Amino acid sequence: MKTMEITVTVNGKKRTETVETRMLLSDFIREQLRLTGTHLGCEHGVCGACTVLVNGKAARSCLMLAVQADGFAIDTVESLAREDGSLHPLQQAFSDNHALQCGFCTPGFMMTLVDFLQENPNPSEGEIREAISGNLCRCTGYANIVKAVEQASQALAKQGG
Amino acid sequence: MKPASFEYLRPASLEEALQYLADLGEDAKIIAGGQSLIPVLNMRLSTPKYLIDIGRVEGLSYIREEDGYLAIGALTRHVELEQSPLVAKHCPLLLEAVKWIGHAQIRQRGTVGGSIAHADPSAELPCVLAALRGEIVIAHADGEETLAAEEFFLTYLLTSLQPDQMIKEVRFPVISNAAGYAFTEVARRHGDFALVEVAAVVELNENQEIALARLAAGGANPVPCVLESVEDFLIGKAADNSLLEEAGEMASESVDPDGDLHGSASYRRSLVKTLTKRALQTAIQRAGGISR
Ligand SMILES: Cc1cc2nc3c(=O)[nH]c(=O)nc-3n(C[C@H](O)[C@H](O)[C@H](O)COP(=O)(O)OP(=O)(O)OC[C@H]3O[C@@H](n4cnc5c(N)ncnc54)[C@H](O)[C@@H]3O)c2cc1C
Ligand code: FES
Ligand code: FES
Repeated sequence: MKTMEITVTVNGKKRTETVETRMLLSDFIREQLRLTGTHLGCEHGVCGACTVLVNGKAARSCLMLAVQADGFAIDTVESLAREDGSLHPLQQAFSDNHALQCGFCTPGFMMTLVDFLQENPNPSEGEIREAISGNLCRCTGYANIVKAVEQASQALAKQGG
Repeated sequence: MKPASFEYLRPASLEEALQYLADLGEDAKIIAGGQSLIPVLNMRLSTPKYLIDIGRVEGLSYIREEDGYLAIGALTRHVELEQSPLVAKHCPLLLEAVKWIGHAQIRQRGTVGGSIAHADPSAELPCVLAALRGEIVIAHADGEETLAAEEFFLTYLLTSLQPDQMIKEVRFPVISNAAGYAFTEVARRHGDFALVEVAAVVELNENQEIALARLAAGGANPVPCVLESVEDFLIGKAADNSLLEEAGEMASESVDPDGDLHGSASYRRSLVKTLTKRALQTAIQRAGGISR
C-alpha cells in the first residue's frame, strides 16, 4: 500500500493523517475523518453532492486526491452551523423554503452557495440558476432552492456579510 | 469507483517534472487540475504506475501579453482566464468561450494545459485555439518546441504529445480591437460538454467587406476543425445577411460528425450550420457591420 502523510486544516482544525495516495479527498473526509455530511452521488464529477470548499472555493471532493489537498484548508457542511446548534442563514433559508426533501444533495448545494454568495452577495434569479447548474437535485425541482438562496442573500446582507 | 494504486510524485519545479517524465515514460501520467483525469482513474479506464502531480510546479501559472499573443501558462485555471483583464482586452473570444466550460466548481480546478492535453473534440479551449491558429509550447528534458494547434490535435482525445513531454504554455493570438468575435454552442444542459460549438472572428475593411475571417467548429469532427473553405469564401464579400446562409451551408458540408446518444450525426451537422450563422452574425455586428 502506497501511503503519504498529509496535513490539512479541516473546518478550522489542523489535522495530520496518513493516507493512501490513491484515496479521494471525498473518501478521506467521510471515512478517515468521519465527517459524513459530505455526500457522494456519482464519484465522477457530475452531480455536485460532494462539493466542499478548498482554500475557500467550491470544488468537487470526488475529483481531488487527498494528497493533492496537502497543506490546504478544507471546509465541509459541518462548518456551517454554530457551536450552539443555530443554523447558518443558508441552512435556515433552505429549511424555511422547503428547499430540501431527502437532503442527499443539500450539503453540496450549501458549499457551492456559500462560495457563490461571497462572490455575488446580491444575485439575480438567472445567476442563482447558473450557480447551481453543477448540482443535481432529484427531489425539489430547484424552484424552492432558488427562493431559499434569495432569502439567504438578504439575511446575509442584514448580518453584514 | 476508486483509482487503482499508484506511486504519487509531486515535483516542485519544471525541471524535476520533466526528469520524472524522462525516467518513467509511459508508466507515468501527469495530473494537473484532475477534472478530466480523476473520473478516468475512478473508473479505472487508466491505471498509471506513477502519478506526477504538477499542481505545485513553480512558475507555470501566468497570463502575459507577448508579441501578438497571450502566453498562458499550462497551470493557469479556467477561473483565472474568466477574471483576467488581459484576456478581456486582448482575447475576448477566449473569455466568451471559457464561461461555457462546465460549472464554477470545475473552472475552479481545471487548467488550460489540461484542457488542451485532454483534447476533447467538444472542449472550448481547443476550438478557440484552432480558430485563432494558436500554438502550444511543449517541454521535455532536452528542451522545448512550439507546435501549431493543427499539428498538435491528432484525433479524438489524442495529441502529438510524447510520454516524456508536457505542455508548458499555450499561445492564443491577440484579436485586434477592430475585429468582431463570437463563441456560441449548444449543449443539452448548462455546463455539459457542447454538442457543437463554433468560434468566429471577423474583420471588415472600409467598404464593409470581410477582410479577415477565422472560423472553427468543435464537436463536429474528431478534432477541433478550422472551417477553412468557409473562411476563404468569406474574404472580400460584402458583410450582409445573404452571406450567412451560404456560409452556414458550406460549414455543415465541410464537417463529418459522428452521432451518439446525445445527438445524431445529422442533428450535429445542422447545428454546425445554425451556429456558424449565429457566430458570424454576431461577429460581423461586433466588427461594426450591418447584419442584423
Ligand atoms: C462535470 C464536468 C463538466 C465538464 N465540462 C467541460 C466543458 O463543458 N468543457 C470543457 O472543455 N471541459 C469540461 N470539463 C473538463 C475540464 O475542463 C477539465 O478541467 C479539463 O478538461 C482538464 O483540465 P485539468 O487541469 O483538470 O486536467 P487533468 O484532469 O489533470 O488532466 C487531463 C489530461 O491532460 C494531461 N495533462 C494535464 N496537464 C498537462 C500538461 N501541462 N502537459 C501535458 N499533459 C497534461 C493529463 O495527463 C490527463 O491526461 C468538465 C469536467 C467535469 C468533471
Ligand atoms: S460525487 Fe462528486 S460530483 Fe458526484
Ligand atoms: S433533496 Fe433529494 S436530491 Fe435534492
